[in-house]
Amino acid sequence: MSETLFYDMYRKMVLIRAFEEQARELYMKNMMRGATHMYIGEEAIAVGVCAALNKEDTITSTHRGHGHCLAKGGDPKLMMAELLGRATGYCKGKGGSMHIADLDLGILGANGIVGGGVGIAAGAAFAAKYRNDGKVSVCFFGDGAMNQGNFFETANMAGLWKLPLIYVCERNRFAEFSYTDRYFSDPDLTKRAIPFGFPGIEVDGNDVLAVYGVAKEAVVRARRGEGPTLIVANTYRIMGHTIGDPLTYRIKGEAEEWQDPAHDPILRFRNYLLDHQIFSESQLEEMEAELHKEIASAVQFALESPQPEVQILWDDVYGKD
Amino acid sequence: MSERTIEFREALNEALHEEMERDPNVFIMGIDVGQYGGVMKVSKGLYERFGALRAVDTPISEEGFAGIGVGAALVGLRPVIEIMYIDFSCLAMEPIINQAAKVRYIFGGKANVPIVIRTQGGGGRGNAAQHSQSLEAVYAHIPGLIVVQPSTPKDAKGLLKSAIRNNNPVVFIEHKLLYNTKGPVPEGEYLIPLGKADIKRAGSDVTIVSSSRMVLLSLSAAEKLAEQGINAEVVDMRTLKPLDMGTIGDSVRKTHRLVIVNEGAHTGGFAAEVMARAYEEVFDYLDAPIVRVTSEDVPIPYNEKLELAALPSEQKIIDAAHGLL
Repeated sequence: MSETLFYDMYRKMVLIRAFEEQARELYMKNMMRGATHMYIGEEAIAVGVCAALNKEDTITSTHRGHGHCLAKGGDPKLMMAELLGRATGYCKGKGGSMHIADLDLGILGANGIVGGGVGIAAGAAFAAKYRNDGKVSVCFFGDGAMNQGNFFETANMAGLWKLPLIYVCERNRFAEFSYTDRYFSDPDLTKRAIPFGFPGIEVDGNDVLAVYGVAKEAVVRARRGEGPTLIVANTYRIMGHTIGDPLTYRIKGEAEEWQDPAHDPILRFRNYLLDHQIFSESQLEEMEAELHKEIASAVQFALESPQPEVQILWDDVYGKD
Repeated sequence: MSERTIEFREALNEALHEEMERDPNVFIMGIDVGQYGGVMKVSKGLYERFGALRAVDTPISEEGFAGIGVGAALVGLRPVIEIMYIDFSCLAMEPIINQAAKVRYIFGGKANVPIVIRTQGGGGRGNAAQHSQSLEAVYAHIPGLIVVQPSTPKDAKGLLKSAIRNNNPVVFIEHKLLYNTKGPVPEGEYLIPLGKADIKRAGSDVTIVSSSRMVLLSLSAAEKLAEQGINAEVVDMRTLKPLDMGTIGDSVRKTHRLVIVNEGAHTGGFAAEVMARAYEEVFDYLDAPIVRVTSEDVPIPYNEKLELAALPSEQKIIDAAHGLL
């Protein structure tokens, strides 16, 4: 693996964490409307998977989608502006936190419906096969979405047609306000690939290099025309379902454990980079400082951006014929 | 342009052949649309002509394949998704209503979803309550969708071609009792624009507005009314959303009376929408209250006598017109 790749992966993980911490702060200050969902603690999955993709490959994301968008190259300025509902945001302030998309970067949208991206990702994979253009489609979704019927419907078609589709289940242990283990008839989620004839692979979702490794293999399979892969990436949702979630359903001390240096995906990767002398402490500190500056300037850009004009309310419902 | 007489299903089939020939991004997907040629034979010959990748047979997974259609459209293909009965579209409402209709808007206009959901509805064949619904009002209620309901072979072909070329999601609703009907269809290529109503019969005494199979009932009712000295104008909406209120309004300004015929259930049906718009826009021209002829507020029953009682009929339209004069 090249130094550039290590650099890029670490950079993206820290960028996501810094973005989420800032977004949380803005939300707590009542500067955001609706609900927002934090990706803190799950950064290694989006970053590891997207590092295995080309720019032309597509992803679908979820309501917990800021991390996927940044990992695929999304612009933090335009994202932050969208979170604050500004005219300069990715969606001109019409979508907010749960609907960020950048089609030029292959980001086919976050999605407010749990499992809503599953069909879209399968459709993008179908289009890749239709055009024989070698693109791969990745579908990020949580373990809660694993129980949506559309997973099974599209998995059957994707397996049947050998679509270049990678299902990435971020097993963060929670479905909204419950532990997901209450809802699985069989907790081994990799088995859910078996009836559809493609591999189901479990991976430590807090180990970015392990995630990258399995994603790379899945991408090779997909590009070879060998069909889909289900990756079950084990992780932990550090924050609540939304900001403001009272977390009454959660075992005390569990989240703290997942934040220690043995669990936290960023600390783990940081220590790996230091231990293997890939980067020095001062190089990492410099990088981290730059990223925090980048996020601070994204916040500033968003705060200085105008509110949308009311006239745009009626725009974009329909496109030109 | 010279014309020939062909069936409604053949007209649709020609539209699909022509559009798939013209644009390699167009494909059709659905249950039995490929090898079998479609349950209504609308997609006959497409599999043989264009192959399995463009006439795609699917498992019975409406939410799944409608979602695949949305994703394919989002990356630039132009899917025609056939949902065998509109009743089954309830299984695909998530991709149609939450995704197809909304992603363009919520992405700030940076996406197109050029998908056609071709489906078939309506009663009159004894298919009972889960194969006979008229759900056009459900889809017309959703911002972001276009809703089309053709009544003649000529309109069906020209409207379907326009729907496929349109960059927005279109719910294209055919009627099961229209597939065997015949009518004149031009020989060469033509399009019928979405959003334009058509006066199917000119008249001066009362306006009858309808769509799909209800246009046929309205026309036969108009002939009977003519024998009784009442000259009805029959307006075919063709596209419910966007609704061509201009043509409807012009007709009412001329006749001063309005009957709306819609096969959907009475409460919250599309006739209520047309009625409200007419009261808002041409109230001053009305000489009598507007009357709706709709299906009864019941699930469509199986027994023939019961089903006929539930649906609009020629006689109900005649009675409604008489009530205004």
